[in-house]
Amino acid sequence: MLSVCGIVGFLARRDADRERLGQLVTPMLECMATRGPDSAGLALFHRPLPASRRFALSTRDRGFDWQALAESCQQELGLPAPVAALDNHASLVSELQPDIFKPWLTSTFPEVHLLSTGHAIEIFKDEGHPEEIARRFHFTEMVGTHVVGHTRMATESAVSPAHAHPFTAGEDFCLVHNGSLSNPYSVRRKLESLGIAFETDNDTEAGCRFLEWRMREGDTLETAIEVAQAELDGFYTFLMATADKLVLVRDAFACKPAVVAETDDYVAVSSEFRSLAHLPDIKHAHVYEPAPEQIYSWSV
Amino acid sequence: MSSDKSIQREESASFNEHSLFYIRQAAEYGLYEIRGMGAKRRVPSFDDLIFLSASASRYPLEGYREKCESKTVLGTRYAKQPIELEIPITIAGMSFGSLSANVKEALGQAATQMGTSTTTGDGGMTPEERESSKTLVYQCLPSRYGFNPNDLRKADAIEMVLGQGAKPGGGGMLLGQKVSPRVAQMRTLPEGIDQRSACRHPDWTGPDDLKIKIEELREITDWKIPVYVKMGATRVREDVKLAVKAGADVVVIDGMQGGTAATQQVFIEHTGIPTLAALPLAVEALSDMNVLGEVQLIISGGIRTGADVAKALALGADAVSIGQGVLVALGCNHHAYQRADGEEVDVTADYAKLGTAPGYCHHCHTGQCPVGITTQDPELEPRLIPEVGAKRLKNYLQVLNMELTTLARACGKSNVHHLEKEDLAALTVEAAAMAKVPLAGTSWIPGTGSV
Amino acid sequence: MVSLKQLDLTDLSVRQVNEYLHGGLLEERPARVEILNPDGLHSIAAGLDTEVDIDILGHAGYFIAGMNQRARVTIHGNVGWSVAENIMSGVVRVKGHASECAGASGHGGLLVIEGDASSRCGISLKGTEIVVGGSVGHFSAFMAQAGTLVVCGDAGPNLGDSLYEATIYVRGSIHSFGADAREEEMQADDFEKVAELLSRAEMNYDAREFKRVSSARSLYHWNADAHQEY
Repeated sequence: MLSVCGIVGFLARRDADRERLGQLVTPMLECMATRGPDSAGLALFHRPLPASRRFALSTRDRGFDWQALAESCQQELGLPAPVAALDNHASLVSELQPDIFKPWLTSTFPEVHLLSTGHAIEIFKDEGHPEEIARRFHFTEMVGTHVVGHTRMATESAVSPAHAHPFTAGEDFCLVHNGSLSNPYSVRRKLESLGIAFETDNDTEAGCRFLEWRMREGDTLETAIEVAQAELDGFYTFLMATADKLVLVRDAFACKPAVVAETDDYVAVSSEFRSLAHLPDIKHAHVYEPAPEQIYSWSV
Repeated sequence: MSSDKSIQREESASFNEHSLFYIRQAAEYGLYEIRGMGAKRRVPSFDDLIFLSASASRYPLEGYREKCESKTVLGTRYAKQPIELEIPITIAGMSFGSLSANVKEALGQAATQMGTSTTTGDGGMTPEERESSKTLVYQCLPSRYGFNPNDLRKADAIEMVLGQGAKPGGGGMLLGQKVSPRVAQMRTLPEGIDQRSACRHPDWTGPDDLKIKIEELREITDWKIPVYVKMGATRVREDVKLAVKAGADVVVIDGMQGGTAATQQVFIEHTGIPTLAALPLAVEALSDMNVLGEVQLIISGGIRTGADVAKALALGADAVSIGQGVLVALGCNHHAYQRADGEEVDVTADYAKLGTAPGYCHHCHTGQCPVGITTQDPELEPRLIPEVGAKRLKNYLQVLNMELTTLARACGKSNVHHLEKEDLAALTVEAAAMAKVPLAGTSWIPGTGSV
Repeated sequence: MVSLKQLDLTDLSVRQVNEYLHGGLLEERPARVEILNPDGLHSIAAGLDTEVDIDILGHAGYFIAGMNQRARVTIHGNVGWSVAENIMSGVVRVKGHASECAGASGHGGLLVIEGDASSRCGISLKGTEIVVGGSVGHFSAFMAQAGTLVVCGDAGPNLGDSLYEATIYVRGSIHSFGADAREEEMQADDFEKVAELLSRAEMNYDAREFKRVSSARSLYHWNADAHQEY
């Protein structure tokens, strides 16, 4: 499963833009629907919660009773777990530890998928046209520090939310990918032998889990990328985010596009300039193309 | 004393005569072998399928009185002017450069007489070819040799070539001996040098950017003509879907038996899947995307007979494309060429000079084609007279279509496009599994779980 | 006859604009056409074949002025991939930067990029003259067959890989040469050629500052000694 698509990213440097993050980013994502009309996803980074974690959840059932899930969580695990629900997506904020919450969720609500875990991250993703997904999850109302998003052209018969990007592993980390890795299965086997479990057969998941594994081993994201550059073969533009960073890298051949626009107020990344054209003061932005193999990192 | 049968004289299966020769060649020259034509190894093919023609449960059509339609329309999805053909058998892309101008002209003449299309190749469009072809498909290849907007506007369709069955993932190759002044000029290259064509396009990479490229070509041609996307058969299911998503009007899948003028032998024999296996995957992909009938499918790679064509159509192709079979009709691998007066001139000695013999030749890459087909040599080229070649090719195409309609009628069809895979059974387990039709005499399709 | 025709891409589609440029334009014969609000859209002014001045006001997308013939197209901003791909004649000028594969497979005409050009600038070039005011990215002039690439800034890695008969001139530094590319001494006609192109591109540099890069021609014939380069 290669990753044919459009990718977008945005990091707001000023509070005013953080307040209207959704209005700036949603048109970027919708514009890239031409590159990926089948599914869309987005990782929103909120201001980090000091003690609690945010568990982003989704299910296929559009009428799912999220309140019931929250109540049963609190009853059975003994800590408050309020949810904010949006259609088949919900965000549950709690001081529960992931190693307690995750097994509980899997056994109690097997139909619910855990999209992301962390103090800052919240992933939204589903199948469907990016505009429909943006509407369904109220993307224009998003508030936060930075975002990575993705639109996908699918090849499998059933387009599933699990195959949609962003991919995440561990906490407060996500990755979107445009391109096609040529050795994803051997990377995957290597990670599986270390006990790392996979959820899909997507090549991007191999890249994502590889980086997260390196970071758990103590690498910074930048160092992890350097290791990955030697291990992952094929074509990629990777856009990644952690709680406080947006990071971009392209493979040595640099055959998949990316364009960056920077002003004092923001950093915006997209597969095509077209999706940046509406941004404020874009005419005076420093617009450039990332060089092959170079790691670009912007901090919140 | 040991006899030929004794262990002392037993040939190793791994290191047989073939392997020993290969290793010695590699050790001597330090270069891989370049050759023409397609795979020589035996692979499951259309020969392994048979038709369940009519008896009592189905009624046949009269072969000599009741008409069987073979008209074929390609490119109905977005193009204002789809391609309309009299027969579902087209001539595959073969370059001027690999072939002589005479041959290109002969292809055009025969195709026009039969109401079908020819295709340019990696070397641009020649005026002879445009003039002689009523319907001409213009290939857009990674090399872009001779590619230009004037010829693009003269084309009846565009074929965006991502790869071919003989060498999916590899670029083309034209050895220096074939780069004559005219070929060199058309390709903007020095005469006599070995040309290595690129394997990726110069201005886009990947299906998401291909979509933008196809739109550009449509803008330039004002959305008039169809855009085909041609690929070698490897990950067919995914590739076909991506071609459709990128906006193809027609998808062309070239199986591993597909030929080439010159490429590394290791590609020819070791890449791609057989045409028989590729076709059902392509049909499934179109069906999954719900574009059967909207996006047409052309299959190629080792199509030789009317039976091959009929089986390809039954498995879901809208048309086939033929390269090597066409060359054989013109005289490829024949011991003699035909003069204008009809006399045959034996050229067995010329085959011998190439180190081969009629029936075994794959020396297209040398440019020393004894029958004047794959050559730019001024002495060899006149051996193929366009009119003579055109007549032979027309005959061949006519036989293919007669065989196709004969089989279709026998299956009770008044239109060749009404053949269906339920009209077929397989003779081998391999063919049954690849074509996804039952093994003859059973209802067993291996790999599908159905019994 | 109108002297200036304005086409606004906020109201018109790229199809409508190109339809006019391929048709209506030939009857109206405006001296100049302005295309407003390109906003990164693709294939604007592709497939032109007429003498006209076209100004695209803003940043544009992929394949701008693709396969251009005779027209003089100026983009007042940056462009995406493959600007002026397969250009045959005329002049395409980018006032800003160009993304990858600028002038890919161009057969003739002049392409001027005032800013930087990204990777694979002039890939598969077949006769076009390209002048880049800034620097070019990796694998520029890859397999370039004929024509000229003048780089006033620096050249990235693998310059001129598998170069055929195109010539490259670089004013700044060269990160590295690709297979079969090498620096050669500038001759009188090189200075003349560079000076002429700089003048046509309206770039104010001294031809004496440039280096010449062309093919060593060691890959022109199949040979085992060069096996790694095939």
